[in-house]
Amino acid sequence: MGEFKVHRVRFFNYVPSGIRCVAYNNQSNRLAVSRTDGTVEIYNLSANYFQEKFFPGHESRATEALCWAKGQRLFSAGLNGEIIEYDLQALNIKYSMDAFGGPIWSMAASPTGSQLLVGCEDGSVKLFQIIPDKIQFERNFDRQKSRVLSLSWHPSGTHIAAGSIDYISVFDVKSGSTIHKMLVDRQYMGVSKRKCIIWGVAFLSDGTVVSVDSAGKVQFWDSATGTLMKSHLIANADVQSIAVSDQEDSIVVGTAEGTVFHFQLVSVTSNSSEKQWVRTKPFQHHTHDVRTVAHSPTALISGGTDTHLVIRPLMEKVEVKNYDAALRKITFPHRRLISCSKKKQLLLFQFSHHLDLWRLGSTVATGKHGDTLPLSKDADHLLHLKTKGPENIICSCISPCGSWIAYSTASRFFLCRLHYENDNISLQRISKMPAFLRSAVQILFSEDSTKLFVASNQGSLHVIRLLEGSFKHLHTFQAQSGTVESMCLLAVSPDGSWLAASGTSAGVHVYSLKRLKLHCTVPAYNFPVTAMAIAPNTNNLVIAHSDQQVFEYSIPDKQYTEWSRTVQKQGFHHLWLQRDTPITHISFHPKRPMHILLHDAYMFCIIDKSLPLPNDKTLLYNPLPPTNESDVIRRRTAHAFKISKIYKPLLFMDLLDERTLVAVERPLDDIIAQLPPPIKKKKFGT
Amino acid sequence: MATLEEEFTLSAVPLGAGPDGLLGVEQSDKTDQFLVTDSGRTVILYKVSDQKPLGSWSVKQGQIITCPAVCNFQTGEYIVVHDNKVLRLWTNEDVNLDKVFKATLSADVYRVHSVQGTEPLVLFKEGAVRGLEALLAEPQQKIETVISEEEVIKWTKIFMVFRHPVLIFITERHGNYFAYVQMFNSRVLSKYTLLIGQEEKSVIQSFAASVDRKFISLMSLSSDGCIYETLIPIHLSDPENNQNQKVVSSLLLMTVASGNARRGVALAVLDQDHVAVLGPPLPASRECLSIWNTKFQTLQISKELSQGTSGQLWYYGDNLFMLHGKFLSVIPYKCEASSLAGALGKLKNSQDPGAHTVPQFVNWETSQGYGLGSQNSESSKRVLRRRKMEASVQPEVPASKQLLSTIKKDSEKHIEVELRKFLAIKRTPDFHTIIGDIVIGLLGRCKTEPSFYPRNSLMQLVQMHVLSYSLCPGLMEVALERTDVQMLQLCLQQFPDIPEAVTCACLKVFLSVGDSTLQETSVNMESVSEYSDAAHDEKMEAQTEILQNGFNPEEDSCDNCERALKEKPQATVEETASCPVIPKRAALLNAILRSAYSEAFLLPHLKDIPAQHITLFLQYLYFLYLKCSENATMTLPGVHPPTLNQIMDWICLLLDANFTVVVMIPEAKKLLLSLYKFVKSQICICSELNKIEVSFRELQKLNQEKNSRELYSIEVLELF
Repeated sequence: MGEFKVHRVRFFNYVPSGIRCVAYNNQSNRLAVSRTDGTVEIYNLSANYFQEKFFPGHESRATEALCWAKGQRLFSAGLNGEIIEYDLQALNIKYSMDAFGGPIWSMAASPTGSQLLVGCEDGSVKLFQIIPDKIQFERNFDRQKSRVLSLSWHPSGTHIAAGSIDYISVFDVKSGSTIHKMLVDRQYMGVSKRKCIIWGVAFLSDGTVVSVDSAGKVQFWDSATGTLMKSHLIANADVQSIAVSDQEDSIVVGTAEGTVFHFQLVSVTSNSSEKQWVRTKPFQHHTHDVRTVAHSPTALISGGTDTHLVIRPLMEKVEVKNYDAALRKITFPHRRLISCSKKKQLLLFQFSHHLDLWRLGSTVATGKHGDTLPLSKDADHLLHLKTKGPENIICSCISPCGSWIAYSTASRFFLCRLHYENDNISLQRISKMPAFLRSAVQILFSEDSTKLFVASNQGSLHVIRLLEGSFKHLHTFQAQSGTVESMCLLAVSPDGSWLAASGTSAGVHVYSLKRLKLHCTVPAYNFPVTAMAIAPNTNNLVIAHSDQQVFEYSIPDKQYTEWSRTVQKQGFHHLWLQRDTPITHISFHPKRPMHILLHDAYMFCIIDKSLPLPNDKTLLYNPLPPTNESDVIRRRTAHAFKISKIYKPLLFMDLLDERTLVAVERPLDDIIAQLPPPIKKKKFGT
Repeated sequence: MATLEEEFTLSAVPLGAGPDGLLGVEQSDKTDQFLVTDSGRTVILYKVSDQKPLGSWSVKQGQIITCPAVCNFQTGEYIVVHDNKVLRLWTNEDVNLDKVFKATLSADVYRVHSVQGTEPLVLFKEGAVRGLEALLAEPQQKIETVISEEEVIKWTKIFMVFRHPVLIFITERHGNYFAYVQMFNSRVLSKYTLLIGQEEKSVIQSFAASVDRKFISLMSLSSDGCIYETLIPIHLSDPENNQNQKVVSSLLLMTVASGNARRGVALAVLDQDHVAVLGPPLPASRECLSIWNTKFQTLQISKELSQGTSGQLWYYGDNLFMLHGKFLSVIPYKCEASSLAGALGKLKNSQDPGAHTVPQFVNWETSQGYGLGSQNSESSKRVLRRRKMEASVQPEVPASKQLLSTIKKDSEKHIEVELRKFLAIKRTPDFHTIIGDIVIGLLGRCKTEPSFYPRNSLMQLVQMHVLSYSLCPGLMEVALERTDVQMLQLCLQQFPDIPEAVTCACLKVFLSVGDSTLQETSVNMESVSEYSDAAHDEKMEAQTEILQNGFNPEEDSCDNCERALKEKPQATVEETASCPVIPKRAALLNAILRSAYSEAFLLPHLKDIPAQHITLFLQYLYFLYLKCSENATMTLPGVHPPTLNQIMDWICLLLDANFTVVVMIPEAKKLLLSLYKFVKSQICICSELNKIEVSFRELQKLNQEKNSRELYSIEVLELF
């Protein structure tokens, strides 16, 4: 099949930010996740848990609360005291509004979704009316003595529960006055702690208030009388998060020890109607604090400081015991953070506030499979480019020739020219960006590095000609009429005549760069596109979708290729379809037109279109080299998918030249090593 | 508790139900599939779980179906009668009813009955009954008239009793009701006059019936809104004089439904204690489906059917069928069996590989029913109601009765022989209650006759694996009285539900019985293996001295603890491999350790055990613990040895219960000391392990750093 020299890169010291909030939307089956750096990500749980959208973070915008309201509207609030609404179409912030109550610690949308409640540092609970395109302050509730850390609406919308420090208050929504104040015991294992922080509350429809606090307790209160009904001590550390299922028969809580506990409402005896809350299952999928949990109809979702998003399906709720019933652990973003200059063998790493440029090393030695070759030259760190301002970088790209770097934040677009003189490198910023180039969702250079394609967040695509030290705006492809959806993925043909762009839902558009107009639209498919690329010579567009399907579409013929039809007819191997990370990059071999190279986080695959497709009975992945088998057997068992699982977690893989690959790995241990140490638990003794 | 689940309609299309509702809903040969016959021309086969029809058949225009379609369970064919006389037989594959097999009979058919296990039976309007086979062989045969001229059949039902069909039908003449019971094994037709209550004018609105082995319990819902029950015997004492006996009804439930309902009311027997009533509870109210418990006379659950019903109700499997509005509705009904065992303490650990399964608890619901399905399993033994019967009944004499009478008089040897004969017979569903009865019979004689103790018979019965403590409560008491340790051991091994008080009494006996007596008895020794094989003839006291410094090999690892031991080096030299009790006693004690208990109930009884025995038991437990810790898996050798957890639990329990006493006894002092040392050593080990863990973590960190140095490499990859 082929022998490659692989530059195995592990110096991309990317650490994802910890997860602060998750919010599940039942209507669209989407999950919003906010991270400590202010990034908000939207996962489509129906589309194989694909991260389909993201909003870049901001240094001053630490989100403390995230919620869906009025159906599909997403709000967040944070310690800068602002409530933010996100535009899920244009992928930017619609507006932000100061609540004037100091840092906001908690937020909850009313059961009808028409009102928004925030709990502030100054002890105020503020009610906002959600009106189209805006929110409007309505009134304050009775002010509390200390910050309001958690809020929950009664399902009827008449009462709310608010957790502060040392007590829980129950408010009447109509009057805004406190009905009950339930004091929480500060005692913790017999020792009086200084304070007991109510990290989370949940108001059930029967009037029960469930609270979780810093003393490790889950407590059930009767809101009518203000009395404690039941208390479960579940952890030696804080219990930080709580979520209730829609049916109110199951509760999930997360602790600072990384454990997620499942509580279920079960009958006291096998046939009685009397039910009680019982702690049923502990799950230990996290090493650090579980800062947030959510409860979808079929799964428990948790996230925390250890940066993993864990989706744990509840076996009793899953109807079909298929691969969807498996545990999902999402650690890495489903987009590319790395770009590569093949000509100069450069790698550009994107971090939240800076870019790193590395030059790969080289070797003169050769070897056989599995050998590590001695380096004649080690990899060099060429450049550390820091952004100004508090905003995170959305996207970045290095040109194939290696002399241009472009990147964008939410409000500014940057273009730089690099000059190489021997071992020295100098950077020249191109100033005076035109007004329309303010923010980009995706950036791409043409193969010959003479053109720059920028997908803006208004749905338009700009084509810019790059000249020595300056640039010229050539054309703008406007968004299809009526849509403002941003294009998240771009692909350009190596001959520079076609540009493909894909949004989150609207399908793939192919533009002709020669005639500067829309050439065709690839037939719509139910699942979002995760990666795409245009093959040299044939101009076939290869598209990978989040359900692990791969299509090949001939741009000149405006139809799917014969091979793609054959694949669809026969279907992919079941193990191929069961992979749980999306394909994030597709590339081609310059000399072997039948090969497609693609990778996800756990495997790298070359599809050889000339070989027969594997069926479900054949072995998809064989890690062992064929040893004593005869050539005939080898030829008979050979199939189109050549898979390697040596490099994982694999964030980027590309072909530098015919015989050289570059693979960027990010071992999980290295990430864990950079996190704060977890709470120490005794293994032995009590 | 009885529960009614959410109702669902079977089809979105209104059925062609006439003013009288449907003709019937009948089971088909596949579970979950039902034949619905409307009062017009159509038969529809529904799959209930899918809520959709699987097939539909209609007779020609002008013809009318007069009797609900049934399924012949033996052939899988469907049978329907149209225009009173024309019998049609078809299968699932047939499309057109006109083209299927047809037989024209010589008399009008009232109903075709079909149940599992017998051929379908055809009941004619004149009361005669024929088997389908015989009828098809000669369709035009003459059908005799059974009932008198003015009698009209009102209701009929078929049961299987002792694998023979029994058909009952009710006729009416001038407000008088008669019940006919047709037996097919003996070809006997009995006629009964129903005397219904005191009320003069009451008209019976609906019937339902269930059966147990001896009686048909006929329930009738009268127009005064009450349910009456009539018990009709199946087996007659005097087959010759079987004409026109009278049976009275007794009031079962008061005013469950308003009698003068517009559309009528209906009744269905759900199980032996529950009936379903369909109809308005008050004259003015809407119609309701209610479930009543007849034993406690309580309304269990009720559900309003706002769109009205046709006053018809069918019950099959777990589903109640009725016409609600224009649609056929199904309401799943559930009545979960309550289990006592589920509510009580720990159950015996029954994970022993290869061990026979001990019944976890006795299911009282299934123990008495007679395999006719829940609908017919009327098996109450309510004596009061039976007394109201006029027709006297002579019960048949089964083998168990004979055995019981043998037990009352014969010698032990003879009983043993008879018992062996009885046990060789095939088991019936109520086998374990019969065994329980036999044991109680035997024990009854034991109590009256002190010299009588049929040990072998009792042992044999216990080893049937069907007994539990609650089935024969006296057995262990008798064994305790006679200090029959072998029997007690057997009971402890077999019974899942021994009260803690009895467990404790057994423990007392096991600890107090003399070694010499023990040597003579034969005890199951499989739980005791080589650790006590060396039969110790010496007296126990001698051995306790050896045990005094329970030396634990684990303590070697702990410097602090060793110091105390080093002070007495001569004591530590001696190994502790000797068991403080003789093997037979060990086997008995192991039976105690392995039995189920609940701490709260056991603790008070443990306080009653004398201090010497407590010490001995503690010594034995400590010995077992030391044996456990000798191997890495922390288990004891042997077939069913006590587990480490059981040993530790019992040590804790004994110390909890008797600590103040044990502290005062000088003999126990050394034992306590060694236990104390043992606990201390455990703490030491834990703290050492914690230290080691930290060191390991540091090592791991170093290892990680070493790995992370290889941040960049160029490797060769070949894809195959």
